[in-house]
Amino acid sequence: MIIEKEKMTSLADRLVEQEVKGRSPWTDARKRFLRNRAAMAGLVVLVLVLIFAATGPFLARFSIDEIDFMIIGQVAELGGPSFETGHYFGTDDLGRDLFARVVQGTQVSLMVGIVGAGIAVIAGTLYGAVAGYAGGALDNLMMRAVDILMAIPYMFVLILLLVIFGRSIGMLFVGIGLLSWLDMSRIVRGQTLSLKNKEFIEAARATGVSGFRIIIRHIVPNLLGVVAVYATLLVPLMILTESFISFLGLGVQEPLTSWGALISEGAGTMQYGTLWQLAFPLFFFVITLFGFFFVGDGLRDALDPKDR
Amino acid sequence: MFNFILKRLAVAVPTLLILIILSYVLMHAAPGGPFTQERAVPPEIMANLEAKYGLNQPLWKQILTYVTDVTTRFDFGPSFVYKDRSVNEIIAQGFPITLTYGTISFVVAVLAGCTLGVLAAVYHNSWLDYLAVGISVGAQVLPNFVMAPILVLVFTLWLGWLPGGGWQGGEWQFLVMPVIALSTSFMASIARITRSSMLEVLNANHIRTARAKGLPTRRVILRHALKPALLPVISYLGPAFVTMITGSVVIDMFFSTGGIGLFFVNAALNRDYSVMMGITILVGGLTIIFNLVVDILYAWIDPKIRY
Repeated sequence: MIIEKEKMTSLADRLVEQEVKGRSPWTDARKRFLRNRAAMAGLVVLVLVLIFAATGPFLARFSIDEIDFMIIGQVAELGGPSFETGHYFGTDDLGRDLFARVVQGTQVSLMVGIVGAGIAVIAGTLYGAVAGYAGGALDNLMMRAVDILMAIPYMFVLILLLVIFGRSIGMLFVGIGLLSWLDMSRIVRGQTLSLKNKEFIEAARATGVSGFRIIIRHIVPNLLGVVAVYATLLVPLMILTESFISFLGLGVQEPLTSWGALISEGAGTMQYGTLWQLAFPLFFFVITLFGFFFVGDGLRDALDPKDR
Repeated sequence: MFNFILKRLAVAVPTLLILIILSYVLMHAAPGGPFTQERAVPPEIMANLEAKYGLNQPLWKQILTYVTDVTTRFDFGPSFVYKDRSVNEIIAQGFPITLTYGTISFVVAVLAGCTLGVLAAVYHNSWLDYLAVGISVGAQVLPNFVMAPILVLVFTLWLGWLPGGGWQGGEWQFLVMPVIALSTSFMASIARITRSSMLEVLNANHIRTARAKGLPTRRVILRHALKPALLPVISYLGPAFVTMITGSVVIDMFFSTGGIGLFFVNAALNRDYSVMMGITILVGGLTIIFNLVVDILYAWIDPKIRY
């Protein structure tokens, strides 16, 4: 029997190609995220804000504490946004370049948000995973401690801390970090409880892996999805907290600034007709928060398939 | 039920004690005592001052005295900056104002939020629903310290309808903007929670049964759907209360309403530790009591909770 060789090879090739390509849950999640228009728009906005914060210092023609003596005293008439004077966003009430200050405020606010969420991720994940994995009396004790800490009006305690130990960015990080991990630890504990009775954990334990190693190598990687979602949603909350404190004039100290401080300054001078002093910081504040909330929601939809 | 309340109290009391002790230790650890001034005070006078305020005693004794004073007599001691006023007098002056507009905002937020949420769920995917979702998304990025300047800009500077601040014994013109600024974000959160739980309840079996029996829609919603749908709102009231009290600081500062928030910020700027501690502990105590009440209320209303 003569068999057409070419036909056979093509058939064989097709058989080989038939093998189904596996799709990991992460690929699925990425696909879902890319399809989510609001989340993608949020991501684009966030990237633009990041670029603004990173390249702003090179574009600004003034430093944050340089006073333009040509303008001071006539801010409402001369201090408006213009390319001719080099003040792209106008000046603040003291004749300082608002563009440079908004760039700098954006850097501080983003940094506070990201560092706060970072502390929450590290401390909250470890604390929650240990409590959930240990179970029993230790779990009870650790979670009661979280309950007690959560009942404390943290904003007031944070302000107390800032006043007592001096208002600096470092102290702001410590204070915000101290309270940001509480919610995260609760969420992580709940997830750990459901994970720890799975077979692969049992297998690890049976082969003699130590408890701490199980937490680091087997529990934590499985929590990443949940942690990523809540971390993204925590960033705007941290930014809100910082802005709140700065709005009261208790946050970062002059000449440093942040969105809250800039909004407060702009709100204080708006009756003189210098609306741009409120509008620019407010604009960046609002779009960034929108961005983070949309990306967070998108991540939750993408990583949490049981909602559909 | 009794056991449940006891158990909650067993958490609440230590929380309050920890808060009091923590703030006292923090104050004690502050670099530079409350009497550190630009002009150096002679050591003898300093010693007298410290003796007057009991600061020369060992720390544990100071804490013990403070805790006893606060818990048994509600006495937060004297202000360190205003020599002629006690913390109690400051609280007595500011707290009623905060309480007035706080209560009004709370009621407005709950009523408006629930109404909006229920309407959005009942008329799912209509323009009303989209409006409610839009409001609750938008309000997320408009916290009170953003709302307040925008309101003043529109209603005071552009339209000239409302005074930009002040209290005047709580006349309505002075209440409108503080209440709107304080309640908007809660109204949005409550609307969001109500909407999603109402949507869930409307798909539940007992609602289908009620509809199948031929009950009018109004009755189905008011009698059968509303109660289970509002349960999640109750558990949100605790955190809402805390955030609202925190928000009152911004309101007091921005609208000069004269509540305790203003005193707190001024104390923070003047390093008036005893006033800060007094207000922090007062707010903490209120929060704990409020959470306790909400928990008990929830356990009492929700038949699914076994305690």
